[in-house]
Amino acid sequence: MSGSDGQQHPIKLYLWIWLLLFVLSTLSYMVDYMQFQGIVRWSLILLFMALKAGFIVAIFMHMTWERMSLALAILMPPLVLLVLIGLMSIEANYTFGTRLTFFAT
Amino acid sequence: MSDTAVASPTELRDGASGFAQDWSADKQAFHAPWGKAMMWIFLLSDTFIFSCFLTSYMKVRMTTTEPWPNPSEVFALTVAGNHIPLLLIAIMTFILISSSGTMAMAVNFGYRKNRKVVVWLMVATALFGASFVGMQAFEWTKLIVEEGVRPWGNPMGAPQFGSFFFMITGFHGLHVSGGVIYLSFIAFKVWRGDYDRSGNYEAVEIAGLYWHFVDLVWVFIFAFFYLW
Repeated sequence: MSGSDGQQHPIKLYLWIWLLLFVLSTLSYMVDYMQFQGIVRWSLILLFMALKAGFIVAIFMHMTWERMSLALAILMPPLVLLVLIGLMSIEANYTFGTRLTFFAT
Repeated sequence: MSDTAVASPTELRDGASGFAQDWSADKQAFHAPWGKAMMWIFLLSDTFIFSCFLTSYMKVRMTTTEPWPNPSEVFALTVAGNHIPLLLIAIMTFILISSSGTMAMAVNFGYRKNRKVVVWLMVATALFGASFVGMQAFEWTKLIVEEGVRPWGNPMGAPQFGSFFFMITGFHGLHVSGGVIYLSFIAFKVWRGDYDRSGNYEAVEIAGLYWHFVDLVWVFIFAFFYLW
């Protein structure tokens, strides 16, 4: 599958993904509507988000059919963001702690 | 090497000429049209911009000692006496997904060389995008005028709520607005028959990449800002 020029795929596939995205969006809205809280809420939100993002990139943006060199060049660099998120959450916990210590009335 | 006017291709030149030679040498990494590869690289850089916004939002939300305003309540609408949480945001999400669908179909019909259908699908996509921006303007107006949200404070809780809301959704809204202009331009070129003449509908796919990315960013904003 190296068809970089001329991405032709059956329309049926697009329609199915489209429908799936609608269903996933409805489900993530229902998470809020049903007022789920705590760990159930966070895991459902992240699950539906990851599925939606994955289908958009893989099918609508044709990443599934691109050559591996392009896919890796685009999809690997964002992984370093996980390091940033990790560092910032450690930092945030520390800041929150000091604020509680010094700002608390 | 010799006195002949044409330098041999293997001869390494110095200075600016050598710089051009090195970077334009016959080494191709991506076997994709250059426009597509460059659009992907632009989208990668945009990913980092939005990620920085969302990460700093995460940090600020984790460190604030005041309660964060509940988005489910802030963005609720009252329709016919019923209080429905996040209604406008849900509608905006569905509109953006619909536009992504019509855009994907436009790309597909482009490669089938079906000029008229491509134009209509792209116009539909641009209209969906424009209505998204319109709803966002309505949402901002409601928040600023009725709820009194400002970038430096709001009546509901943590003052940073406003600055992050306006910065993140504003930057995304600018992307959508830019996308509507970009799509209209490409749709015009399709309608004029430019791509029938060149026999290559690649430009539609590249515009599609940008548009799907805008939808992709909204997926993350919806999850982290509105649902969290």
